[in-house]
Amino acid sequence: MTVVSAIIILGALGLLFGVLLAVANKVFYVEKDPKEEAVRAVLAGANCGACGYPGCDGYAAAVAKGEAPVNGCVPGGAAAAAAIGEIMGVSAGSAEPNVAFVRCSGTCGHTKKKFEYEGLDSCLAATRLGGGNGANVCPAGCLGFGDCVKACPFDAMHLVDGIAQVDRSKCVGCMKCAETCPKKLITKVPASSTNGVGCNSNDKGAAVTKYCDFGCIGCMKCKKECPADAIIIENFLAKIDQDKCVHCGHCAEVCPRKVIHAFN
Amino acid sequence: MFASIVTISLAAILTNNFIFSQFLGICPFLGVSNKMSTATGMSVAVIFVMTMASAICWVINEFLLIPFGVAGFMQTVAYILVIAVLVQFVEMFLKKAIPALYSAMGIFLPLITTNCAVLGVVLLNTQNNYNFLESLVDGFTGGLGFTVAIVLFASVRERLEFADYPKAFEGFAICLVSAALFALAFMGFSGMRIPV
Repeated sequence: MTVVSAIIILGALGLLFGVLLAVANKVFYVEKDPKEEAVRAVLAGANCGACGYPGCDGYAAAVAKGEAPVNGCVPGGAAAAAAIGEIMGVSAGSAEPNVAFVRCSGTCGHTKKKFEYEGLDSCLAATRLGGGNGANVCPAGCLGFGDCVKACPFDAMHLVDGIAQVDRSKCVGCMKCAETCPKKLITKVPASSTNGVGCNSNDKGAAVTKYCDFGCIGCMKCKKECPADAIIIENFLAKIDQDKCVHCGHCAEVCPRKVIHAFN
Repeated sequence: MFASIVTISLAAILTNNFIFSQFLGICPFLGVSNKMSTATGMSVAVIFVMTMASAICWVINEFLLIPFGVAGFMQTVAYILVIAVLVQFVEMFLKKAIPALYSAMGIFLPLITTNCAVLGVVLLNTQNNYNFLESLVDGFTGGLGFTVAIVLFASVRERLEFADYPKAFEGFAICLVSAALFALAFMGFSGMRIPV
């Protein structure tokens, strides 16, 4: 008898709950755009946030609503943009891929230190000491604790000789590293760029030479020699206008401080 | 009445903490405690489901299982059914009514189905012969106890990221060591008793 009542009770409960859930499913049904799921399927799925939305789901929802551009998925590249464009019925256009670039060249032994830092293994913690510069005398230089290395989802950032370096073959330009860098050293450059100024110090030349063997002193030599007029000097610091640059590499050759790097 | 409610609350939060004293719900405790934001999200969901499950399971036990004389062996099965349905229902409701909270809780909501602390609290309610109010309080404060444990532990784990411990302890090893130390600390509460 107990067996029968047990079966009946559990069966009745199951039936009741089943009906309840079925009704709830109808009542609480949320319209989901079929386009959203289609878009989500063709994304890279790295949840890197390079598109500016919280994860791939957020970007897919924004694309389906027409709020986001179809070429926003950086790691997905042109393939993803074309696929999304097909779903949304618009042409993709081409998004110029970007990569990260660390504006510092002060490797081990070439920069002055104020003190020996022995604390938390983090750039953010180090910037809290020494008036915002960590142990470095340079107000702008890389601290070399690798907050950016830990932040990189693609293993494209490494510490080489005490400073962060970008592996351009792996970098997809999500700029997660730039967000974590307390010195704001990392910038976005086009993947097609061939040269970059590896310094971010706005100090005058005489001050820079005292603490770093490589820092930009604003000597104007690159600006004078550049055939395309692509170099801007602001606050004793050279910058390359990547839109004007003709990739001749002449600036890297003439730089007396060897602070303009040629990318491979 | 008031005394028993205070006793139940204190027991659920401190002396008989579900995680550190009864070792229930260890899976989410270790799984989602690596960040404070996920830990709090999980805690809110657990408090909600535990309270609701305590109330509904008490009603089912009292008016369905006991009158038909099948309470002894049917409780576990019926309770699991209730919890699973409840979680499903809550998920659907939140998705429609409060999408922001739904997306904040994310994957944790369905995960609560497999949180044995929820089943634990409803079974213990029955075992201790709690009435409706006592069950409700036990469910709510049990969830609070879970919150205390997971939030404290998450704050420790966030600091552990910067700590300089031997390489062999990296990852889950150091996490288990600190959880064990936490459980030891919570044993300090075990002698506490409220005179009734």
